[in-house]
Amino acid sequence: MSYVADVGALARKDLLLELRAKETLPAMLVFVIAALTIFHFAVPHGTRHVAALGLLWVALVFTALLALTRAFVAEREQGLFDALVLAPCDRSTIWLGKTVAVLAFLVAAEVVALPAFALFFSGIDGATVLAVALADVGICTVGTLLGAMAVAGRARELLLPLLFLPLAIPIVVGGVGASAGAGSRYLLFLVLYDAVFGLLSWAAFEYVVAEV
Amino acid sequence: MLHPVRMGGGLPLVIRARGLGKRYGERRVFAGVDLDLDRGGFLLVTGPNGSGKTTLLRVLAGLAAPSAGELRLPPRETVGYLGHEPLVYRELTPLENLTLFGRLYRIPERSERTGMLLERFGLWDVRHERVATFSRGMQQRLGLCRVLLHEPGLLLLDEPSNALDAHGLELLGEILGDRSRAVAVATHDPASVDRFATGRLAFA
Repeated sequence: MSYVADVGALARKDLLLELRAKETLPAMLVFVIAALTIFHFAVPHGTRHVAALGLLWVALVFTALLALTRAFVAEREQGLFDALVLAPCDRSTIWLGKTVAVLAFLVAAEVVALPAFALFFSGIDGATVLAVALADVGICTVGTLLGAMAVAGRARELLLPLLFLPLAIPIVVGGVGASAGAGSRYLLFLVLYDAVFGLLSWAAFEYVVAEV
Repeated sequence: MLHPVRMGGGLPLVIRARGLGKRYGERRVFAGVDLDLDRGGFLLVTGPNGSGKTTLLRVLAGLAAPSAGELRLPPRETVGYLGHEPLVYRELTPLENLTLFGRLYRIPERSERTGMLLERFGLWDVRHERVATFSRGMQQRLGLCRVLLHEPGLLLLDEPSNALDAHGLELLGEILGDRSRAVAVATHDPASVDRFATGRLAFA
């Protein structure tokens, strides 16, 4: 019970920080709308629905990357990892709290992005929405872990995309497959990805924050 | 040059280090540190900037692993660590910061303890204001509140007098003079805290 309460307290803290600073979510919204607008004008009129869906997934992955890059800024700039790591709570709560907060930002951006995509390109079916929801979980669990790893490095802004994008490839494969109507096996693939990488990230965070 | 320290007194041992060393790659930060820190003991770590004081404190806090030697530390929930920064969220208020850390440290009667500390450190009237609007000295006071929140048995303070005014220094003196816990302070300006020291470690 206290594990959940710790996660809740840490996620609430991140949401409160964003509510006050208003840095990450507005940037994500501007980015995703700008990206979809560019795609709208860049691709020829009458582009196939499947190709357009691919562009949606590209926009979503890069929008998520924006949130992940900002995820640990407060902890990095104010040295707060030290204070959090010394607290007697399970260290994975730091990761999970951050994952929940990033997930909230991403979902908020998608609430705007999906209708915008429907407006610019074509409608979105239930399978795509489900695939996006499943992909969000994978993106946020893996991305938050990698964000914590990158934040310790010197070239952190470069490091995170280099670490994250290769691991996001399966998410894009599953997402595009599911939204292109290729069957439930792609959705199952996303579920499996979430389960495996979620578990690995949860278990690995303890070692990521430990300085050697 | 390092001087092995022994701070006795027959009270429970909080830290025991033998041949402690730390290096980052090829660079040796410190080596051969022996120390015993008991409850009631006060270790003053001095030395110029970059001599390894902060790294030693981080090792003693369990935030960095030693590269050599033996080290026995207390459980992390009994450690209160204040780094160069006050380690509080600037976009949160003092009350929100202390409530968060109180929650993570499982402090019973959080609101009473938080209120008492804010009152003691002169931050009660600004408890709903964002820390970002505070002076550096007020942030340092809040950092001290955070450190004391869970009543730690071991206090590790890195340049704790940073930016504190006369009243802040007086409050710091009260904390450092409390012999119910073990304290280690790292500073390049030992004059203000030297009177509390029961042992000294000088980095060159």
